[in-house]
Amino acid sequence: MSDETSVGAVDVTYRGIFQKNLAGVITKELVKAARREDKVGGTVQRYGDSPERNGIPAKQFAVIADDMDSLRVEMTKYEPENVVVVCVMDDTLTKGVESWAWYGVRPINLNLAPGGTLLVISRRSPEELLHWIPRRTYDWNLAILPGEPSFGGLWVYNDDGTDYRTMGAVARVTGGLVSLDSLIAEAGSGKDGDLRAAQLREGYESVTMHPVGAGVGAEDTYVPVEMPGWTQMREGLVVPAVEVGKNNTLFMKYTTRTTRPLVKFDACVKCQICYTVCPDECFIPTPEGHYDINYQHCCGCGICAQSCPVSGCIEMVDETVFESNEPLHSVFESDPAAYEELRAEKVAQAGGANPHYGIY
Amino acid sequence: MTTTQETAPAPEREEIITGCDAVAQALRLLDVDVLAGYPIRPYDSVMTAVSKMIANGQMDAEFIVAESEHSQFEIGKHASLVGARAFIGSSGVGWMYGMEALVVTASLRLPVVALVGNRALDDPGAFGVEHNDAMMVRDTGWLLYWVESAQEALDTTLIAYRVAEDKRVMLPCALSMDGAFLTHSQHMVRVPGEDTVGEFVPPYDLGDRRFHPDNPVSIAPQFNEDWVMEARRQADAGMRRARAVITEATADFHRIFGRGPADPFVDTYRMEDAEYALIGMGTVGMVGKVAVDRMRAAGKKVGFVRVKWFRPFPQPELRALLRGVKGVGVVDRDYSFGSNSYGGVLYTEIAAALYPEARRPVLVPFIAGLGGREVSVDNLLQMEETVERATADGVADLTCQWIGVRGPDEDPRDEAATAEGGAR
Repeated sequence: MSDETSVGAVDVTYRGIFQKNLAGVITKELVKAARREDKVGGTVQRYGDSPERNGIPAKQFAVIADDMDSLRVEMTKYEPENVVVVCVMDDTLTKGVESWAWYGVRPINLNLAPGGTLLVISRRSPEELLHWIPRRTYDWNLAILPGEPSFGGLWVYNDDGTDYRTMGAVARVTGGLVSLDSLIAEAGSGKDGDLRAAQLREGYESVTMHPVGAGVGAEDTYVPVEMPGWTQMREGLVVPAVEVGKNNTLFMKYTTRTTRPLVKFDACVKCQICYTVCPDECFIPTPEGHYDINYQHCCGCGICAQSCPVSGCIEMVDETVFESNEPLHSVFESDPAAYEELRAEKVAQAGGANPHYGIY
Repeated sequence: MTTTQETAPAPEREEIITGCDAVAQALRLLDVDVLAGYPIRPYDSVMTAVSKMIANGQMDAEFIVAESEHSQFEIGKHASLVGARAFIGSSGVGWMYGMEALVVTASLRLPVVALVGNRALDDPGAFGVEHNDAMMVRDTGWLLYWVESAQEALDTTLIAYRVAEDKRVMLPCALSMDGAFLTHSQHMVRVPGEDTVGEFVPPYDLGDRRFHPDNPVSIAPQFNEDWVMEARRQADAGMRRARAVITEATADFHRIFGRGPADPFVDTYRMEDAEYALIGMGTVGMVGKVAVDRMRAAGKKVGFVRVKWFRPFPQPELRALLRGVKGVGVVDRDYSFGSNSYGGVLYTEIAAALYPEARRPVLVPFIAGLGGREVSVDNLLQMEETVERATADGVADLTCQWIGVRGPDEDPRDEAATAEGGAR
């Protein structure tokens, strides 16, 4: 917390449903620990994200303040301001976030306060992550907490320590928004206090900080959607339909994806099932009867891979090994052997196809 | 061999018909495309009347009897959305059951016209009139009108479509009609000739909002906080513009049919030099006029005001009419338990309308005629006396009185309980 302001927010950006409990524990425990320091606080769920959908980026905030008035102001916002740290619970979210409450893909660090910290749970290097994270006009920090994304379910608490390690890292990178001692004391009041304290310390100690200067990072292509006034909107809640064969440019869905379908085109029997079952109409027929994939609008649900009758033809592969959303059939068209080499390489790089797709 | 018979359009004629029949006649004249229905008394007489006309070849329309009011209203909404002139209706809890569909009809700005045969809300399962059913849409973007006679029912059905379908308005309109006293009593009605209505109500045209394969649009997607307020403001603007459109339509009605109301928004009776006034809606207006005549004969300067358009609410008219009046009694055939002075909805609206006035009359709330109970001339005379007394005594804030209810004004047991200092 800087000197000028007595309120700070922790933004936990997470994968809808899979990490809902995780975000809930982190934000609530941060506030409870802050209460031990005579601070006031509350948590704010980004309401437009609710009801959540599997994997769709969502947010929950912890707001911590020195006085009630500062807290009250922030608690009546959809997204509290002065975000001193953004916790990124899955590093594929650094490619951008598009909640269904918003319009267009937003940079992961859009609301980060100057001098704030983006705390990413990842096995990647700062350089690799900055390849995707857009630049800011001010200095900020990239912090990396080594680890894998922790996925649970709506009714499943994946008790792997990610929550407490993240809180420990927050205490470190914010320099005392909430102290490690308070977090340990609060955790000690519940069961498994020693285990939690160890996890908090582990997070505190293992997080690494990397200052990022203004202008460093990926190109920032984010353009806020223009909001028309009431006299400019069409009456009767009418919006123009998306033309047949085209997709909605204001709701692309790809940031929901943690794995993507990859097609072994020379195994395809041209049965059209993927084309038929895709809920987002992402399969594009090619002249020879294959189906290319529109990765801008694919949310990675895996229904195509489940439905494909040919074993190994459509496989779900970890999203982080891919650089772009460009369709891949053109690579196959120009050189089938080179495509197959690329495909096999990506699957290997991802540590094999993801067997747990579609149903959680 | 068949021959084509050229028949001249039927001229205007007088018929002895009920309020529901009068609405059905208007629907025929308007060439309504889709009618959806689900039977409930007392509105369902209009279903019977329309069915007969379709069966007799006098009317060409799709008449869909749904499995519930909710479906009925959705059918009307969707018919309107694809460009069909649509009609729906219900009574009492039937109207309430379809509330979700009614609300979305307004927010989609679809000019469906509905008949509400006013009926007490269950329980108990009473058939008689209370205005609460129609009142439930008063805040949602529905134009709302209370008729007094079968003639007014027919005429206002024509006006309702003309106003609702006007590009400047595009809001649904509910016509309220007192159950039994108007739905099931026959009046002398001038039914216009077939050639005149087309001139008054142009064909329904939804323009570029029409839902059709040639006009691919999405209707009512999920909106979040970024859009809802703008959509509400649009509906608000439609309602604000409705006043001018109603005035225009009423003037045109006079021009085309050679008759019609003097004022589009309120029906005033002997208000010119009135010192006291009673205000009500619907068929209370009939006895209201008789009561005024009797009081005038006795030398009292009393007038009656019948509120016709409830949405938009006739605020300017009421302010102007009541400016010189000393005391006013408001007759609500509805209830709003726990509201200001425990009065009804009309009372609360009139009190709010008069608030900015520098000199306000003494305003007395009455509740009468609930559940179909008759409101008599004597009831109105009693109300007027109460108003006069309150005015003379300078009691500007009188708690609502129930007129025509059996038993005392106050429950004597309440006083006993207070004296005992505890709940009984």
